[in-house]
Amino acid sequence: MTNTGNKDTRSGFGAGLYELGTINPNVVALCADLIGSLKMEKFAESFPDRFFQTGIAEANMMGVAAGLAVTGRIPFAGTFAEFATGRVYDQLRQSVCYSQANVKIAASHAGITLGEDGATHQTMEDIALARALPHMAVVNPCDYNQTRLATLAAARWEGPLYLRFGRPSVPNFTPVDGPFEIGKAWMIQPGEDLTILATGHLVWEALEALKILAQKGIRAELINIHTISPLDEKAIIESARKTGAVVTAEEHLVTGGLGEAVAGLLARHNPVPMRMVAMEEGFGQSGTPRELMDLYGLNAAGIVAKASELRLR
Amino acid sequence: MNPKTPHSIPDLTSQIRRDIVRMVTAAKSGHPGGSLGSTDFLTVLFAEFLDQDPAQWRRDGQNTDMFFLSIGHISPLYYSLLARMGYFPVKELASFRQLGSRLQGHPSVENGLPGVHVASGSLGQGLSIACGAALSKRLAGDPHRVYVLMGDGESEEGQVWEAAMFAAHHKISNLTAITDWNGQQIDGPVDEIGGVGDLNAKWTAFGWRVLECDGHNPDDIRKAYRMAAEAGDKPVMILMHTNMGQGVDFMTGSHKWHGKAPSAEQEALALAQLKETLGDF
Repeated sequence: MTNTGNKDTRSGFGAGLYELGTINPNVVALCADLIGSLKMEKFAESFPDRFFQTGIAEANMMGVAAGLAVTGRIPFAGTFAEFATGRVYDQLRQSVCYSQANVKIAASHAGITLGEDGATHQTMEDIALARALPHMAVVNPCDYNQTRLATLAAARWEGPLYLRFGRPSVPNFTPVDGPFEIGKAWMIQPGEDLTILATGHLVWEALEALKILAQKGIRAELINIHTISPLDEKAIIESARKTGAVVTAEEHLVTGGLGEAVAGLLARHNPVPMRMVAMEEGFGQSGTPRELMDLYGLNAAGIVAKASELRLR
Repeated sequence: MNPKTPHSIPDLTSQIRRDIVRMVTAAKSGHPGGSLGSTDFLTVLFAEFLDQDPAQWRRDGQNTDMFFLSIGHISPLYYSLLARMGYFPVKELASFRQLGSRLQGHPSVENGLPGVHVASGSLGQGLSIACGAALSKRLAGDPHRVYVLMGDGESEEGQVWEAAMFAAHHKISNLTAITDWNGQQIDGPVDEIGGVGDLNAKWTAFGWRVLECDGHNPDDIRKAYRMAAEAGDKPVMILMHTNMGQGVDFMTGSHKWHGKAPSAEQEALALAQLKETLGDF
């Protein structure tokens, strides 16, 4: 798997959304004063009747989206991940999920890689919030190509869906045509010695980690968990049975993230030693994305360190 | 006059008020005050204005008017009205707030109750949803209207004013919002609790066409609904002046019956004031 050139995942969303506009007249989009940030310009300019600028009023945006969904549209409501979860939690709960409204939440600038803006905007809690909601699918693609495919797939998915992506330019390495299926884990590299389950920006870091681990004689299995809810339980349990050790990797707090989702699953079905690459606690801070990923250990070296801990037991 | 029901408005409202009192008493919980206060104008809306065939009701509201209840706590009125209009069997009213019922304490869509498009109960969210539905109708070239019922206390929620700004900005003129202006909320009179103040001035300032109406006078109510549906480029707010608890003398005009069930003795006192016209459930 090679990097075909750095790109931001939000542009993958923008490209996918525009494609949806051309092929599905029911797809509509809303944005709370962040059209440029979410790369929604092309959809907004090409389909002005189907685009709704809501202004800086996210709670209203989620409600308007629910009304559009109930009447048969497929709305994509875009804002930053922090405002798409924390600010509007009750709207997501009652107007969207409990009302069974087919709303797609487009949550950009997720995680620590938002960088210089600092902790007010760097949500590291959004996966936990989104996956706690009944009926809400949670999808966290890893690069431009996968975010585009996830956007296209989200429109076909029946029900509320939280689509999480980011701002920084990162390696674009997954094949342009997938494979990608919501709810189905993607086996990137089979291995015997331990399992790495990675999501979002940490998938590229995990690929880098595989090379280092191989040099140490560790044949790790890498699975991309792009869909955190519903979790591909079968794939995770099978891999844990095979390798007997699991490292999870995500750009999120430990609390409520992929790692805890996997730990809960394996505790019920097949407990194995685990380590989690995730931010341990607290809020982030200003810095470049790279500096922050390195500071909090959300990188290849962090994955190698946790994998080595499991191997040295 | 009433395309959906052979019954007169007074017969309907008397029976619906009986249903409300009996449902809340049986459930030993619920919100009778606002339910009784909104009965007159909501019954006129459903019986004479809402273009919707109860037997053909669809959740997506295609090619019909749509009604959204933002103040989900007045579910006793909502359920009774829907049942009396033929959306579901009247006998189902006996299941209000019971385990396994479609008539949840606050409206839900999980069990497919006809007439209910979305869940409500957590306040402040209905106007936004109605805006979305109205935009959808505009997009589809569907000339039908979208109605939403809100509360005066509810307008303390910030989202209401986000939606107010949005609706005017997007010229959502196929929308009639109604505020039940009864002046009461759970903790006391609205003017003492939240400082809602002059709702007419506020909605006018937000770019809405505002009508005021006696929410217990059927002719005044009809006039307001007709005026609201006239062509224009603004969303319309009807401020319905009502008494919380209207129809039961000891409940009228007080916040104390906002969310309290009557005792058996109080139920008897209330029912003695409300004629059984269509047969109790």
